[in-house]
Amino acid sequence: MAEPVITSPHAESKRPFLTEQRRSRITAYTFISPFFILFSIFGLYPIFFTFYLSFFKWDALNPMKFVGFKNYDLVTSDPTFWISFSNTLIMGLMGTVPQVMLALLLAVLLHSGMTKFKKTFRILYFMPNITSIVAVTLVFSTLFGNNGMINWMLNGLGLDSVAFNSGWWGVKIAISTMVMWRWTGYNAIIFLSGLQSIPMDLYESARIDGANRRQQLFSITLPLLKPFIIFVSLQSTIGALQLFTEPYVFLGQAGTGSTRQEGITMVTYLYSEAFRNGFFGTAAATAVMLFLVTILFSILNMLISRGTGGDTGGKKA
Amino acid sequence: MSTLRMFRKKPDDLGFLGKLGFYFLLILGALVSVFPFYWMFVVGTNDKGAVFHVPPLLTVGDQFFINFKRVLEKADFFQALGNSLFVSSMVTVSVVFFCTLAGYAFAKYEFPFKNALFVFVIATLIVPQQLGVLPTYVIMAKLHWIDSYKALIVPAMVNAFGIFWMRQYITSAVPTELIEAGRIDGGGHFRIFWNIAVPVITPAMATLGILNFMTVWNDFFWPLVVLKNKEHYTIQIALQQLFTTRDGLDYGMIMSATFTATLPLLIVFLLFSRWVIAGLTSGAIKS
Repeated sequence: MAEPVITSPHAESKRPFLTEQRRSRITAYTFISPFFILFSIFGLYPIFFTFYLSFFKWDALNPMKFVGFKNYDLVTSDPTFWISFSNTLIMGLMGTVPQVMLALLLAVLLHSGMTKFKKTFRILYFMPNITSIVAVTLVFSTLFGNNGMINWMLNGLGLDSVAFNSGWWGVKIAISTMVMWRWTGYNAIIFLSGLQSIPMDLYESARIDGANRRQQLFSITLPLLKPFIIFVSLQSTIGALQLFTEPYVFLGQAGTGSTRQEGITMVTYLYSEAFRNGFFGTAAATAVMLFLVTILFSILNMLISRGTGGDTGGKKA
Repeated sequence: MSTLRMFRKKPDDLGFLGKLGFYFLLILGALVSVFPFYWMFVVGTNDKGAVFHVPPLLTVGDQFFINFKRVLEKADFFQALGNSLFVSSMVTVSVVFFCTLAGYAFAKYEFPFKNALFVFVIATLIVPQQLGVLPTYVIMAKLHWIDSYKALIVPAMVNAFGIFWMRQYITSAVPTELIEAGRIDGGGHFRIFWNIAVPVITPAMATLGILNFMTVWNDFFWPLVVLKNKEHYTIQIALQQLFTTRDGLDYGMIMSATFTATLPLLIVFLLFSRWVIAGLTSGAIKS
């Protein structure tokens, strides 16, 4: 705790050891110490232990047994793992790419000088994000039911019903829609704050030079928005790789369905290995692979966003 | 011809049709954002069959209390709500206090390794929660904290985002001269922090508090892992349990519960939306 222990006034001049500089250093270290203590115990140590654990066979009860890379072999030879891997990537793409583009579009619309009620729109767009994922999933599971509203609308358009709660693509569409609903507005507001940080006189001088709206978008707005585009797509990518609650709740009816193949994700796989089957070793190996995939995709994401810059968002916006 | 000339003169004027299109898209987006909330309420206030009514029922009914009574038969709803309130408040108070302290130290003190330590704090934001979840669970088991609120509260008591955010705010909002003056007058470090810095940065603390409260309130993964006993469930776990039924899903019941659980957060958000959105957007600037 950061109590003012070391600041008792009588220590001021009598003890030369505690100079003003030393005292303020000690205070600073005390003030920041809660984070470092807690993070060492519940962050850093677990991370290293996960790597260590991935080389052992363990059920969290009996003694650990060293097995080398066997856990990695077991996981990579399990077809369910690869289904969870491809599901994660497919739903990640389906939920993230359109989401970021839509968010960019909404932000540009909101930012355009003529928009009234900007504040109201911001609040409305942000509302989905405050709801819990569990609530979102429950609501959308009614909309995506076999006789639910979405299928009713599809039928109205002359299309066939889609089995959103059991079909291979149906489940993926339903889950990515939930992700998109929750995060598009959030990202739009981040983009909006990016747009607002661009100085207006840049546009004015461009206009004087005769640049039209399109040219302004591609040569001022998008390039200057690049850090925000990188931030948003990075955050969305990392979030997408950790997808868990939506598939778990959506497919979790009767308590058995969360590992159903249409919607199992890497984190669902990890969860069920550890807390349902008691295989902590393979679960740890899964966690390590999830981490590596996350790093890989973050780097990839950075490279793509850096490389193409404005073009990434420009196609749609 | 004349319209074309107008376009040339003012290239950013979209004209009437363009404006109409703009607002159409914006309003469509807003409707899509808000509709599920309304739908939650519609289903929660109508009888069992209402979800799959053809064509979809869009009017509010009067069955809310009947539906909600079935919630109370199935789950300790208010107990779960109370648990969530307790856990979220404890975490929030602690996060605001410790993050403000740490942010203040990073903003206003000079000490060896300051920059390296701050970079470290930011770097921890990238590490996914799942990477450490198994050993953390084992630690909790060793401490006999499984199925207790301590498992939810203690690891979350301070976080990197909060430190980052408070530092940004304190750097610009608290004048260093004021702190120095306080030191010369013989004030203790903590006293100066408490009496000089804290009053100036209360808005930032409030924003951090609300954002953090929502995050903890909505968390699902970690409570699912550590909570075993029904009476300890947080509201999210309780909601999910309502969905786990073998005998046909009673959506009227589920939605009346979901709506009741969402309402407090919705009200808080609408009251403080300006702060929440400000907090959110300044979080983005770190990139």
